[in-house]
Amino acid sequence: MVEHKRDDLTKALLELAEKLGQIELENVEVAVEELTFHLQPAIAAATRGRAALLPPVEKVPDTLLEAEFSKPEEVYAGQVAEVVLGATRAEGGTRSTEVRIGGAKVPPFYSFEGMNPNRPAVAMDVFDMPLTLPKMVRQHYEDVMDDPAAWAKKSAREFNADVISFNLISTDPGLKNTTPEDAAELVRDVLKAVDLPVIVGGSGNKQKDPIVLEKAAEVAHGERILLNSVSTDTDYKRVVNAALKHGHSVVAFTPMDINNQKKLNRLLLDVGLPRDRLVIDPTTGALGYGIEYSVSLLERIRLAALKGDPELQMPILSAASNAWGAREAWMKSEELGPREYRGPLWESVTALTMLMSGADLFMVSHPATVRVLKNVSDGLFGVGETDQNIENWITAIE
Amino acid sequence: MTEKATLLTVYRLLPQTNCGECGEVNCMTFASSLLERKKTVKDCPPLVKDVKYRVQAVKLAEHIAPPVREVVLGTGDRVVKIGGKQVMYRHDLTYHNPTAIAVDVSDRLGDQEIVDRVNRAERFQFAHIGEVLRLDAIAVRAASGDPQRFAQVASLVAKATSLPLVLCSLDPGALRLAVEQKGVYERRPMLYAATDENWKDVAALAKQYSCPVVAFSPNDLAGLKALAKTLKTMGNEEIVLDPGFWTSGKLLKSSIENLEMLRRSAIHRGDKDLAYPIIAVPAVAWIGESTEPTTSAYKESYLASLLLTRFADMVIMHSLDFWALLPVVTLRQGIYTDPRKPVAVETGLKAFGNPNESSPVLLTTNFALTYYTVANDVEAAGVTCHLLVLNTEGLAVESSLAGGQFNAAGVRDLVKSTDVESKTKHRKLVIPGMAARLKGEIEDLTKWEVVVGPRDSSEIKGYLDKYWSAKVQ
Repeated sequence: MVEHKRDDLTKALLELAEKLGQIELENVEVAVEELTFHLQPAIAAATRGRAALLPPVEKVPDTLLEAEFSKPEEVYAGQVAEVVLGATRAEGGTRSTEVRIGGAKVPPFYSFEGMNPNRPAVAMDVFDMPLTLPKMVRQHYEDVMDDPAAWAKKSAREFNADVISFNLISTDPGLKNTTPEDAAELVRDVLKAVDLPVIVGGSGNKQKDPIVLEKAAEVAHGERILLNSVSTDTDYKRVVNAALKHGHSVVAFTPMDINNQKKLNRLLLDVGLPRDRLVIDPTTGALGYGIEYSVSLLERIRLAALKGDPELQMPILSAASNAWGAREAWMKSEELGPREYRGPLWESVTALTMLMSGADLFMVSHPATVRVLKNVSDGLFGVGETDQNIENWITAIE
Repeated sequence: MTEKATLLTVYRLLPQTNCGECGEVNCMTFASSLLERKKTVKDCPPLVKDVKYRVQAVKLAEHIAPPVREVVLGTGDRVVKIGGKQVMYRHDLTYHNPTAIAVDVSDRLGDQEIVDRVNRAERFQFAHIGEVLRLDAIAVRAASGDPQRFAQVASLVAKATSLPLVLCSLDPGALRLAVEQKGVYERRPMLYAATDENWKDVAALAKQYSCPVVAFSPNDLAGLKALAKTLKTMGNEEIVLDPGFWTSGKLLKSSIENLEMLRRSAIHRGDKDLAYPIIAVPAVAWIGESTEPTTSAYKESYLASLLLTRFADMVIMHSLDFWALLPVVTLRQGIYTDPRKPVAVETGLKAFGNPNESSPVLLTTNFALTYYTVANDVEAAGVTCHLLVLNTEGLAVESSLAGGQFNAAGVRDLVKSTDVESKTKHRKLVIPGMAARLKGEIEDLTKWEVVVGPRDSSEIKGYLDKYWSAKVQ
């Protein structure tokens, strides 16, 4: 038994020696064999379980060595455009505040190189008809699901949304096929109910959405809403024209492809949409279902923008509520633990991952995600003191 | 700073004989594999065997070593490698060595509680996209203040698990006592931590037992660099950096900046004194602020995720709640997949619900994201069906149609090889809406009727409800 153990240890240390042989390469003359030899006393010592028979360390300095550290700053040629959501009375609208997004000059939270000007903004999803939502989301809106205006109000007052993201899903011909005119009335109601900036979304029907968004743009004249969204295969000109005529901005959506995003952005700029009226949604994959594609996509887009690519210098919208598409978020499962925590956490982690990759504006469903995004971005923007003593974490945790 | 490794600089250090013993076509392709880290220097037999290449081999190994050193934790089967990073962004190459997740164990707990906790950590597993996600290490905390107890617990934990160990104490005496337990030093526990006060003793201890050692210098990168430099001078190679982590307020901002500056110093500036893996402790979410365990676990989980996006090569966590660890291991899996490789799932025939011979037969690709989206939608909607998974070499529907991997002959072969005809009495195949143009060709080759389904898998349920029963009649 003892013999066996020693053999194992000897083997482990020999492997270690071999590894060091590969690592210690600055000293070209120290090869594996020599190191193995070198370690023999150590093996003997270790098998006895005590004492240091290793050669003494080469140098034991009396004090810590000196070291200088300089910030590894880089220089950026480009900057992301700033987009304003919502218009106050002074600006011709009726919003109580405007929300500024974008304007980044350095990569997300590389604050040692400079502070980016705007905090991330959080929009909460409101729908124009009751729909199937995961229980953990639904329970917060049970009382308002029949009334979009009340839903928006609740999101603003109780859940502290910065922006309302109002989605006209009932216009889908496969659902209620609500007419663009009727849908526009609902937009009017929501704008009356809350004084926050508003995003208006369609149903995802490529033929009908441009007409729905055009009508919404009309009734929201002057409110500087964000029309969500256009893509390469929709009538984007119609939406851009409506945005220009009524003073709104537009979301350009592409499914996970930086080149298609560039192409769409170029098309929109070419038909006259000003750079400061364009927000891009390059797709947010849910945690566990492609989020890594979104991470790399957003990072590439933002770095390209900072390097000076004018076709990618737009603020980024992230539909973090896509997280609810992952079964790990909504599925009832004893093994995975209570979904009441797991669900909102799934959305929170999806949102934060996108935040760190460059997203500027979020669409979320759960109130907890709003709190998390605000809490973390407070810290990341250097707001608030830290009274935590982490130096002694080893003993401080229960 | 050393010269940046390129195809040519690497090629120059190879034998250039194109002997092919490595399995590559020639030395140039081997050079390319070395750069992509698909092969190592050892895979070139002449370099290893032939004495005349010896100096060259050593130079080459140094030349292609990643800017961030790799540190090996533990021994035996459950060895965990951390660091070894080559790039700032995963799209630049790929991230190597997934962030190791350690779970803490306090020496204030009773022996049974300790063993239970260790067992829970060791048993934690979650199967996702063809991989089993696990935890990687146990961090033993000297919380009691009693070095004897700490040593006892270190020994107990070492017996209870084969996972790598981290011994956490700032008291060098306690660390020594714990390391020198029989059954502990053999495991090469990582020592946490050397500080500007205890560095002399901790560095000597780490050197003596060849243990990886953490340099801990909260919010002071110059101090951290001095510490790492000193540990190195004293003969320690496997160093890990902890610049400190705070969960909120101004110091959260500094914490994230420090991580970014460390990694950029190593990778872009070639700062050898900071070219080590980084460890961070999201477990600090459990200090002070909140006493409600759910809140702390929730916070710790999203902060650990935040750290994963900011170069943490290892984290120490406190929560063992499945729901709190799940997002962290899932995010880690995603971020550490190789962006150069399309992710593919197994091809063939899958069953959802308990399909019978009149259940619908759907077709999708083996691109993991497509497949799991379809599977997810089908499951969520409670659809009962057969799903044929076509080998499109891991490409999505649209790109594989464009690239030709999604073709009628492939569908015919799939229908044959899966023997789906014996499982269904109808001959109707629902194909993705985007693949509509293959309808005729697939019909010709399979003699099945092809039905063009929805473009988005979220509409499968609605589509089948509307059309399927009518079709089958």
